[in-house]
Amino acid sequence: MRDVTLHAGIPVKPVYGPEDLAGRDVAHDVGRPGEYPYTRGIHKHMYRDRLWTMRQYIGFGTPEETNGRFKYLMAHGQDALNVAFDLPTQLGLDSDDPKAEGEVGRVGMAIDTLADMEAAFDGIPLDRVSVSLTINGMAAPITAMYYAVAEKQGAAADRVVTTPQNDILKEFVARGTWIYPVEPSLRLVGDLIEFSARHFPRSNPVSVCGYHIREAGCTTAQEMAYGLAIAAAYVEMMLARGMSVDEFAPRVSFNFTAWGKIFEEVAKFRAGRRLYARMLRERFGAQSPKSWMFRSLIGGGGSAFTMQEPENNIVRGAYIALAGALSGAQTMALPTYDEAYTIPSPKAQLIALRTMQICAEESGAADTVDPLAGSYYVEALTNEMEAKILEELAAVERMGGIVEGVKSGAIQAEVARQAYRFEQAMVSGGIPKVAVNCHVGERAAEADQEVELYAFDPKVSETQLAKLARVRRERDGAAVQAALARLSDEARGSANLMPPILEAVKAYATLGEMCQAMKRVFGEHKEPVRW
Amino acid sequence: MKILVAKPGLDGHDRGAKVVVHALRDAGVEVVYSGLKRTPEEIVAEAVQEDVDVVGLSILSGAHLTLSRRVIDGLRAQGADEIRVVVGGTIPPRDVQALLAMGVDRVFPMGTSLPEIVAAFKEPR
Repeated sequence: MRDVTLHAGIPVKPVYGPEDLAGRDVAHDVGRPGEYPYTRGIHKHMYRDRLWTMRQYIGFGTPEETNGRFKYLMAHGQDALNVAFDLPTQLGLDSDDPKAEGEVGRVGMAIDTLADMEAAFDGIPLDRVSVSLTINGMAAPITAMYYAVAEKQGAAADRVVTTPQNDILKEFVARGTWIYPVEPSLRLVGDLIEFSARHFPRSNPVSVCGYHIREAGCTTAQEMAYGLAIAAAYVEMMLARGMSVDEFAPRVSFNFTAWGKIFEEVAKFRAGRRLYARMLRERFGAQSPKSWMFRSLIGGGGSAFTMQEPENNIVRGAYIALAGALSGAQTMALPTYDEAYTIPSPKAQLIALRTMQICAEESGAADTVDPLAGSYYVEALTNEMEAKILEELAAVERMGGIVEGVKSGAIQAEVARQAYRFEQAMVSGGIPKVAVNCHVGERAAEADQEVELYAFDPKVSETQLAKLARVRRERDGAAVQAALARLSDEARGSANLMPPILEAVKAYATLGEMCQAMKRVFGEHKEPVRW
Repeated sequence: MKILVAKPGLDGHDRGAKVVVHALRDAGVEVVYSGLKRTPEEIVAEAVQEDVDVVGLSILSGAHLTLSRRVIDGLRAQGADEIRVVVGGTIPPRDVQALLAMGVDRVFPMGTSLPEIVAAFKEPR
């Protein structure tokens, strides 16, 4: 009989039965959906009241082009947006910076000034559409631009729903769009959380991401453990700033993947929900139930998708959607079948959207809350996942905590070690991947390349630079300089930087100028290169 | 055989690069890893300073043509033509030829197996 071990390191029995739940009061342990500790789900009726939000990740080229794709997907039923920015934007570089050469508009849209943000959301009512902004190192200026656009549109502040990702700790571990050293980066995270809590009460100013750390190679249990540890670090930080936990915790959100084995993923989220609820209530003393609720985007990790026989990825996407639905996602997004090649074509995006719609409307997964509850396997596995997650949390403590672990690079080293183990299992076939290390049929390599691909438009740089030059000419240079000087001054102190950033944004300072104004005070992060 | 694995440009995804570094080390190859977000000029300087035989560029941002060109030109300008450059990452088939034509020695697009990469690095020139 073959052995089966889950990614978390949990062995799987061939058969589970009542003996696996013996001695437990399952009804008590598991509780009810919408009730603390939310093992079964954070809402009483979940999808019977409201389906998960379908929020494909979109952005490329110029803001105008991205605006077009927003409208295309919304016309086909996508009900909310998740914005992709290019790397220069994410790293605080203007499109004409020498370091931006070759990278403008590639992995997302280029934003240099408020003028670009205005173009991106032209015709999209920000008091009615919920928009996630996948931005971290530059979350404060980009979110400030978003708030400025909303204000210009006349949107009431308490109707603006935006979710800047704003999770800098995971950037240091797994995604790389850090700019400043750890401490000033955390200060900016806190400034945005506090500012949003006070002025834009329906915005979710942080999305804690286990997702990218999993994509970087960690295990399922580590994904949840690191996510919980990062959330705890941010909560501690906000408490140290003098906020009370219930003032901001209700708007903390999460971002996780579900591309692995379905039941392992479901168990991970059931265990994660109750660990988070306990952490907020018992450790941090939160009293509002909204503070206890683990609200999450659950999406596909692109690392699960293959270059070989890319249409197989459509099937993988369907299983991910199912896992997300069975796990109780609040929002869902899927990678597209051309993931291994480049950013999505319109056709691939549409298939991903349809996959989620079919899951929602046809599969029955949304018919009742937490349908796997009571399963011998899933209940046993939920408890085992909880134990594994706690083990991984203890390992983080031995590194000195998540912030220290990130500064020393110990977390990064562990993630790289796990990535290597995973790849060795892919090479040996220990982790099967159809058409890659098993069922590798005779196929023409050319067939794999016949995927209809998104074609990068090399003129995007030219267009963006022309617009940037025009904005620089037309703006009030003196007002910009004064705003930037004020930003640098305030950065030296401990005041919230969102007001001076907003002032600079409205004067049409460029992202590069604002980034630089803070860099001269904060300095640049030096990566602890660990592998 | 000494190798510099490098991440040029703005791309922050280092899983592939780190996995290759581990595999090379396990295969007995001396390997140095540059860390993220190095400019082509910094990579050239490190390659020369470390006196490597091969520079392996890992690029997933789509900017591989621009960045590879600058590394190759930089090595030539330093008189370090004998340092081979290989490139891995999300490289579309149509760009493989362009990279080889500009002087890249080997390209490892998505789907290349880890053993294949290690074997290529261990090959004498």
